[in-house]
Amino acid sequence: MNDSTSSRRDFLSFAGAALVPVALTQEPVQSNEEAAPLYRPSWAGRPRNRVTDYENDPFIVALEGTIKCTCGCNLDVYTCRTTDFTCTVSPAMHREVVSMMEDGMTGPEIVDAFVAQYGETVLMAPKKAGFNLTAYWLPGFVITVVGSLIAWSLVRRHRLSPVAAASSVIPDVDAGDQALLEEELTKLGH
Amino acid sequence: MTFLGQLALWVALLLAIWGSVVGFVGGAKQRPELILSSKRTTYALFGVLLVASLSLLTALVKHDFNVAYVASYTNRDLPMVYVLAAFYGGQAGSLLFWSVVLALFAALAQWMTPRRYDHLLPYVAGVTSVVTLFFVAVTLFGANPFERLAFTPIDGNGLNPQLQNPGMVVHPPMLYLGYISVTIPFAFGMAALLSKQLDTGWLHAIRKWMLVSWLFLTIGITLGMWWAYVELGWGGYWAWDPVENASFLPWLTMTAFLHSVMIQEKRGMLKKWNMILISGTFVLSIFGTFITRSGIISSVHSFTQSSVGYFFLGFLILIVVAVTALLLSRLPLLEADMELESMVSREASFLFNNLLLVGVAFSVLWGTLFPIISELVRGTQVTVGPPFFNQVNIPLGLGLLGLTGIGPLIAWRHASSSHLRRQFIVPVGTGLVVLAILTAVGVRDFYAVVTFGLAAFVLAGIVQEFSRGIGARHRLHGEGYATALARMVARNRRRYGGYVVHVGIVVYFVAFAGMAFKKDMEASLLPGESVEMRSPFGYTYEFTHLGVSQGWELNRFVSAALVEVKRNGKTIGRIKSEKRQHFTCRVQVDPCPRDLREASFEPSTEAGIRSDLREDIYVVFAGSVEGTEEAVYRFTLNPLVWWVWFGGVILVIGGMVTMWPSSRVMTERVVRGTARKPQMVGTV
Repeated sequence: MNDSTSSRRDFLSFAGAALVPVALTQEPVQSNEEAAPLYRPSWAGRPRNRVTDYENDPFIVALEGTIKCTCGCNLDVYTCRTTDFTCTVSPAMHREVVSMMEDGMTGPEIVDAFVAQYGETVLMAPKKAGFNLTAYWLPGFVITVVGSLIAWSLVRRHRLSPVAAASSVIPDVDAGDQALLEEELTKLGH
Repeated sequence: MTFLGQLALWVALLLAIWGSVVGFVGGAKQRPELILSSKRTTYALFGVLLVASLSLLTALVKHDFNVAYVASYTNRDLPMVYVLAAFYGGQAGSLLFWSVVLALFAALAQWMTPRRYDHLLPYVAGVTSVVTLFFVAVTLFGANPFERLAFTPIDGNGLNPQLQNPGMVVHPPMLYLGYISVTIPFAFGMAALLSKQLDTGWLHAIRKWMLVSWLFLTIGITLGMWWAYVELGWGGYWAWDPVENASFLPWLTMTAFLHSVMIQEKRGMLKKWNMILISGTFVLSIFGTFITRSGIISSVHSFTQSSVGYFFLGFLILIVVAVTALLLSRLPLLEADMELESMVSREASFLFNNLLLVGVAFSVLWGTLFPIISELVRGTQVTVGPPFFNQVNIPLGLGLLGLTGIGPLIAWRHASSSHLRRQFIVPVGTGLVVLAILTAVGVRDFYAVVTFGLAAFVLAGIVQEFSRGIGARHRLHGEGYATALARMVARNRRRYGGYVVHVGIVVYFVAFAGMAFKKDMEASLLPGESVEMRSPFGYTYEFTHLGVSQGWELNRFVSAALVEVKRNGKTIGRIKSEKRQHFTCRVQVDPCPRDLREASFEPSTEAGIRSDLREDIYVVFAGSVEGTEEAVYRFTLNPLVWWVWFGGVILVIGGMVTMWPSSRVMTERVVRGTARKPQMVGTV
């Protein structure tokens, strides 16, 4: 890559780029260089295919974020195929998604097709239907009920208890005064 | 040496049984000789378990591959630091590590606890001995690190490459220390129940221990996030994996306990609740271990599935039954001394804070277990991944963040409307201004905007508390502002250390919200080719692939892909991402000739990261196209990640301020010559 031919090419492509204004795009800026073979290709991980537009397509990326890779990694298809480069399952599932999209299927149809093939476990989150609703609503429901009960009992106690009502006459102490008070009490060993 | 280790484990088993018996009987009968024996047994337990640990370490360091554990987790080429880390890197070794650290903590608890809590100590020795007994028994009968093979392999399997990272040297021990040290406050709680001494004494006795546990858990979790971020290569640090959740659960309940304990100390309330919280925290620490080791829930972090899961399940059931029975029998003694008087009080805000912390713990536990529950109820397997946890927990987390700001601003017992106005006007105003500015500049992610607004509210409240305290000292004592700050914090470390911890929590939340703006893309680049990305901060980054170089480095063969990075046209540096191939040796020669090595694992990936305060540039070399220098990359721009680590540091600093002994205590110790027996001083 450092020979004179490629340097000349670099220079020519740089000059050409300087003369022709190019809009900023997400596409790679092309170089005409040939890539040299690696000394030990098999120790540089599994061979990869060139990246196409599909790999970065926001629709596909979002869709694959909802589908679980079935290799046992617990990751979604997008994260697995862009992280675990030893996995052969997530690239295959990605190709399935691309193929379904090319066939004109919509997002929900693609998801349904995966559920039909692999079962509900292929979804990264349970469908919001039937028993699964308990997964979503139970924690919030429990917190709301317990919180309401605490609030109700406190309000009720405050209304009924003369001691509690009398506590409202406790003089206000601001943070500065309180800090001094605490310091003095600490000195006294309380 | 392994024979000695095995022998030490058997002696430890017998000692733990003896310690359990004499601890409980000595405490119940108040027989001095048994009480003394229980104390000495804890020291002896630590001694023999130390011998067992040193035996395993010797086998590891000497590459004794006839020991199955050594052969499974190390090889000749492994750097010494990872050979030592392999002690807790596998199932059997980590159980031994747990046992020896627990024995150490138990001995320290006996040694350091002031004499006025002597009535609790035999029971504490009993409880810690029972827990140590369990771990020693699991080590001996479930996963023994001293098991020998029928043959001696030439070389070991080596440590998983992803564990060969400095983060893994410190992250697991920190997390273990957090899990393990929870046993001591739990033991004191049980001792208080057994001895029926249910005043605030046991809370004073465990104050340092609970902070130590919480600190270790915090450090362990943060280091785990850091390790996941730099090593796993997916560009994130938290994936709501069951094992991650398992570490988060005791942290949540321990945090709740740290808050509610203040209410019991100041107002004599929430006695039952505090017992439930500390017991729950201990149960969750064992539950986390059960999840990690049983294989019941699939996780990338799990140890190999083994029979030890049954031991843990049995122990969990035993603890829950025993603790429930004990609590029920002591309920009449756990009545509150006072009652909550108003919903607008610090006690009430702490109560709601507890509700939310435990609520989040419940939701995380529920989500973690839901796949099993679904299978039991419907017969259908489901996956509960990050989309679920984010959806359920983000609103709860924001509620908690809000309460972090509200709690310290409200007075104890009852706050009047004028007090509330004076306390809240500046923090609420600051939060609203931040919300307005973010909305005006076009930030549209709802949760992120709310997080930033709440963060501003909490920070403003904390700054207000500090400035008022400093101002009062300055006015009354004429102290300079720096002196006033130092003295104010020194005089009430618990309160102001707590505020520093809150600052750390706020920084965490802000950093987490930054992930909402994460951007990533894949690209295959020939040498000299470049690709551009626009960051959430408006910068345009240009990544130019410079080439792939290959060569030997330490115990691995490295394929390093290099990119040059420009920000808005200006070169800011080069980032290297690697594929690492590790090997084992086919002959018994040290060092092993390179041509006699064979690949031991699939090549691992090392991300290249460039961090600054705004965003991280995260580059991953995914592989080469057709074995050439044409490289496939994943480029990720991660806003505000640096603040996660910074938040962790603030949290630790705050925790240390809180637990640092006050100057008065130190002076008393020096004067009395009782430095080993700290005198606890109640703070307001």
